[in-house]
Amino acid sequence: MERNLFLGDEAIAQAALDAGLSGVYAYPGTPSTEITEYIQNSPVAKERGIHSRWSTNEKTAMEAALGMSYAGKRTLCCMKHVGLNVAADCFMNAAMSGIHGGLIILTADDPSMHSSQNEQDNRVFGNFAMLPILEPSNQQEAYDMVYDGFGLSEKLGYPILLRITTRMAHSRAGVQRRQEKPQNTLSFPTDGGQRYILLPVIARKRYKALLTAQDTFTKASEASTYNKYFDSPNKKLGILTTGIAFNYLSENYPDGFENPVLKISQYPLPRKLIEKLTECDEILVLEEGYPVVEEQLKGFLGRGLKIHGRLDGTLQRDGELTPDSVGKVLGKETTSSYSIPEVVAGRPPALCQGCGHRDVYDALNEVVKEYGEAARVFSDIGCYTLGALPPFRAIDSCIDMGASITMAKGAADAGAFPAISVIGDSTFTHSGMTGLLDCVNEATPVTIIISDNETTAMTGGQDSAGTGRLEAICQGIGVAPKHIRVIVPLKKNYEEMKNLIREEIEYRGVSVIIPRRECIQTLKRKKHA
Amino acid sequence: MKIDIILAGVGGQGILSIAAVIGEAALKEGLYMKQAEVHGMSQRGGDVQSNLRLSDRPIASDLIPKGQADLIISLEPMESLRYLPYLKKDGWVVTNSVPFINIPNYPEIDKVEAELDKLPHKVVLDVESIAKEAGSARSANIVILGAATPFLGIDYTKIEEGICRIFARKGEDIVNQNLKALKAGYDAAGQGA
Ligand SMILES: Cc1ncc(C[n+]2csc(CCOP(=O)(O)OP(=O)(O)O)c2C)c(N)n1
Repeated sequence: MERNLFLGDEAIAQAALDAGLSGVYAYPGTPSTEITEYIQNSPVAKERGIHSRWSTNEKTAMEAALGMSYAGKRTLCCMKHVGLNVAADCFMNAAMSGIHGGLIILTADDPSMHSSQNEQDNRVFGNFAMLPILEPSNQQEAYDMVYDGFGLSEKLGYPILLRITTRMAHSRAGVQRRQEKPQNTLSFPTDGGQRYILLPVIARKRYKALLTAQDTFTKASEASTYNKYFDSPNKKLGILTTGIAFNYLSENYPDGFENPVLKISQYPLPRKLIEKLTECDEILVLEEGYPVVEEQLKGFLGRGLKIHGRLDGTLQRDGELTPDSVGKVLGKETTSSYSIPEVVAGRPPALCQGCGHRDVYDALNEVVKEYGEAARVFSDIGCYTLGALPPFRAIDSCIDMGASITMAKGAADAGAFPAISVIGDSTFTHSGMTGLLDCVNEATPVTIIISDNETTAMTGGQDSAGTGRLEAICQGIGVAPKHIRVIVPLKKNYEEMKNLIREEIEYRGVSVIIPRRECIQTLKRKKHA
Repeated sequence: MKIDIILAGVGGQGILSIAAVIGEAALKEGLYMKQAEVHGMSQRGGDVQSNLRLSDRPIASDLIPKGQADLIISLEPMESLRYLPYLKKDGWVVTNSVPFINIPNYPEIDKVEAELDKLPHKVVLDVESIAKEAGSARSANIVILGAATPFLGIDYTKIEEGICRIFARKGEDIVNQNLKALKAGYDAAGQGA
């Protein structure tokens, strides 16, 4: 069969389509975005009416996915790692209710923080919810895991957490597809579905059911072809790898391993296979992310075995693994013939020339200067976060999506003036609207700038949920119409923009300023299309 | 056969199209390949690179180990230097000579050139001018691919076929423009080397 050159993300999307997917629910986030985009661009998906429109945030996405699963259909829900924090309430409780149609929840983690504010390892979340986790080591495995994963989810009766990392998501390799399956038909849970009503009396039973299911999950891991033990007579050191760490190990042993190796790609940990590895005097754990398995092994074995990994400093505690870092630990250090010449300067990302966010910050900076050190600008996540860098240095915070409005509120409550929030349009609808309601309810003196480029730019220009309706949304939430001000962020409007910002800062209540000009990248793409 | 390539440039310059063409050709040749790309934040005008690995045997790591790249293909001179720790001692650097200056502290260009001069194996070309002369101003990335073709271990004609397949969707004109750009880069490198 022909091999297709797929990104890990694309392999996952194609596998879902081939396995009878009925809908994908997601909010964009690097490195997960291309999965949903692939399905959105698939003519086959369109023809079959497969749901693929972006959700407003990860929580709404996961809840809708659970609903589609309740109705018997196979559903995929995708997000970047921090997205699972937003969806956590649904995630933890979907582990209590269980599923009906197969449900795969994909988390794309970003160790080394190529495009993220932290490098949390969502296997911890999977363990917290006590759900089975799959972690592919290559693109073909990613395809196969999704193709078979819906069936696994249906057989076990629980959602499956599929964890990938940046290098899996954004690396291409040849992938073989398998035969297409039809979608499930509409059906409701056969057991009456009482388990979806998590009243305490039912929830207690469901929790016991989840605890009982752990044994089944472990047996599934032990039987899984994704977990594999490679024996070797050299029992001085056994090596355990998870996910793509297996590749970095293999890279260092092109002619075959010299130690026993246990490759883990399905969790909970397969106890029986781990027992085999404990025949070794010492164990080295290679995992991409937190020392999740390393910590578990220490408790799990309780036999005073020597475990090496990120916790004892054998490997660096943070950052992604590389073939070099893995080789070094095993005494196979790679050497460079050349170093980076001193003349090479850093080239950080920057706001595009001609971007409207630039004009917003230029005007805002001048007004803020008039208030001296007292003025605080709380910002948020998106292209406009690059306003933190020179020449702008315009913002004081970027924590999690939506936090600019609520942090400004808290600071204003503490007496800070002026308390300003700068937030993007997609971030506003993702998680800013509820915070705005808090401000309105207390008439908090905050000035909120929704820098509206009519797209979700940072992740590549996806549709933004509130485009064309931001004023109406703000008004609906209760902001006084005369304090909702719209302006086009262009040089010729600087004076007007400055006046407007000044006026709204001086108004001691909630005001929303919407500088609106389309993202120049999406504009360019439309012109070339 | 095994070849490890680092593609370098600045976000937006089009290194991923180069990778797509090579990948397409390699897959048709029945080679294994892995190609790690950078998406996301750095695409906003930051430094970007892609690790491209081709082999007639299965490839383990998506990332190239240090000191092991056979080739660095770069659309920007300073960016070609950033990945030197990954270059093999006898590896080649094929780079555009025209700087892309979007940072205030971009070094003086003679200093960058001096560093390139020190390398034993390099091809340094003004790909933008070559692209313009070939009537394919928007195909600078394919010019540099043409210049790098002799080092790929894949036949020139297979790369041409890769271009035809990758750009087919965009129409015959675009395909021809890119074929011309490929040839112009190939010829220019041949004369220089
Ligand atoms: C919870 C969460 N989900 C997704 C992301 C990824 N993400 C970062 S910025 C961004 C887009 C923000 O769009 P917008 O607010 O419109 O700003 P723009 O980039 O268009 O300026 C997204 C989706 C994230 N960091 N956190």
